[in-house]
Amino acid sequence: MSIFEYNGSALIAMVGKNCFAIASDRRLGVQLQTIATDFQRIYKIHDKVFLGLSGLATDAQTLYQRLMFRHKLYQLREERDMKPETFASLVSAILYEKRFGPYFCQPVIAGLGDEDKPFICTMDSIGAKELAKDFVVAGTASESLYGACEAMFKPDMEPEELFEIVSQALLSSVDRDCLSGWGGHIYVVTPTEVRERILKGRMD
Amino acid sequence: MECVFGLVGNGFAIVVADTSAVHSILVHKSNEDKIMVLDSHKLIAASGEPGDRVHFTEYIQKNVALYQFRNGIPLTTAAAANFTRGELATALRKNPYSVNILMAGYDKEIGPSLYYIDYIATLHKVDKGAFGYGSYFSLSMMDRHFHSGMSLEEAIDLVDKCIIEIRSRLVVAPPNFVIKIVDKDGAREYAWRESIKDASVVSA
Repeated sequence: MSIFEYNGSALIAMVGKNCFAIASDRRLGVQLQTIATDFQRIYKIHDKVFLGLSGLATDAQTLYQRLMFRHKLYQLREERDMKPETFASLVSAILYEKRFGPYFCQPVIAGLGDEDKPFICTMDSIGAKELAKDFVVAGTASESLYGACEAMFKPDMEPEELFEIVSQALLSSVDRDCLSGWGGHIYVVTPTEVRERILKGRMD
Repeated sequence: MECVFGLVGNGFAIVVADTSAVHSILVHKSNEDKIMVLDSHKLIAASGEPGDRVHFTEYIQKNVALYQFRNGIPLTTAAAANFTRGELATALRKNPYSVNILMAGYDKEIGPSLYYIDYIATLHKVDKGAFGYGSYFSLSMMDRHFHSGMSLEEAIDLVDKCIIEIRSRLVVAPPNFVIKIVDKDGAREYAWRESIKDASVVSA
């Protein structure tokens, strides 16, 4: 089994009309055994930038701590929050630093940039950025997620519809993957508010 | 094979560990205490390589004591767990420790808590956790009978059910177990469950 599949994970980020949604599954496993069903994979860097980390859980936790540290230093120096594009470049640089001994994570970054324009991107474990205009996916269920998102995506969705689409795409994809699932955790972010919701799916 | 498990009850946390020290096919001793009292209100139940287990838990214990000497107040359970994870994560890509840890503690404002820390430094706060081959039996038993806010009698009953299950279903089941508890009155040994007593030394 690959090291990326040791803990199991599923992540989606999708763009809507002046908003975005980022969602993850909730399972923490050790290969075939499930340890917890309330594991957090999505972290808030600041009000308008969210980071999801799939892959090896220990590296996701270490990476989150390092990135939070860098962002807090940035806030102290620049007296403002990082733009999502800048944050993505930071993540990419930090991952490439470990080119020959990498963190076994695939991050998904979602945020509202200048003029609250939604921004999403993903990258591989050594920091190769992949910008997208519609959706990005990561994790053990990524192939199913690509299919579900491609089928269900429409441009310029309102937050409520975006929430429905992302939830359905996530839940149907993780049902085809034994290493991810046990519910979902979704954030729908607009310029004025962040709505966090827990989804109940097939608990198996 | 080493069996460690634990759960959180109403105002207390319990951890249980087997007490066999095994080297290949030989049982060196069957009253080895694998649950270290970290400080007045914390317990560490550790399983893994015997040298690493003793060395690493003693290192954590001394550093927790040092913090208390330097700062005049004890660490919270969450802080101690995060410190432990940090030490494991730093050593992971240099000189890894093969130790799995369940850290149980009681804090005055927060109450009891249990932290699952993998040997690759995956940290998660849980209500019930287990390591080793015994986890296949004890986790299932706890999934069936655990509910939040169990009384001490109910929890000990569940612990005994788990021990019976391990003894009857695991092929190289350890004969003896030690149960330790932490609550507002501190961390202490609760009971032993012995099915084989070490033969007493014959006097000359």
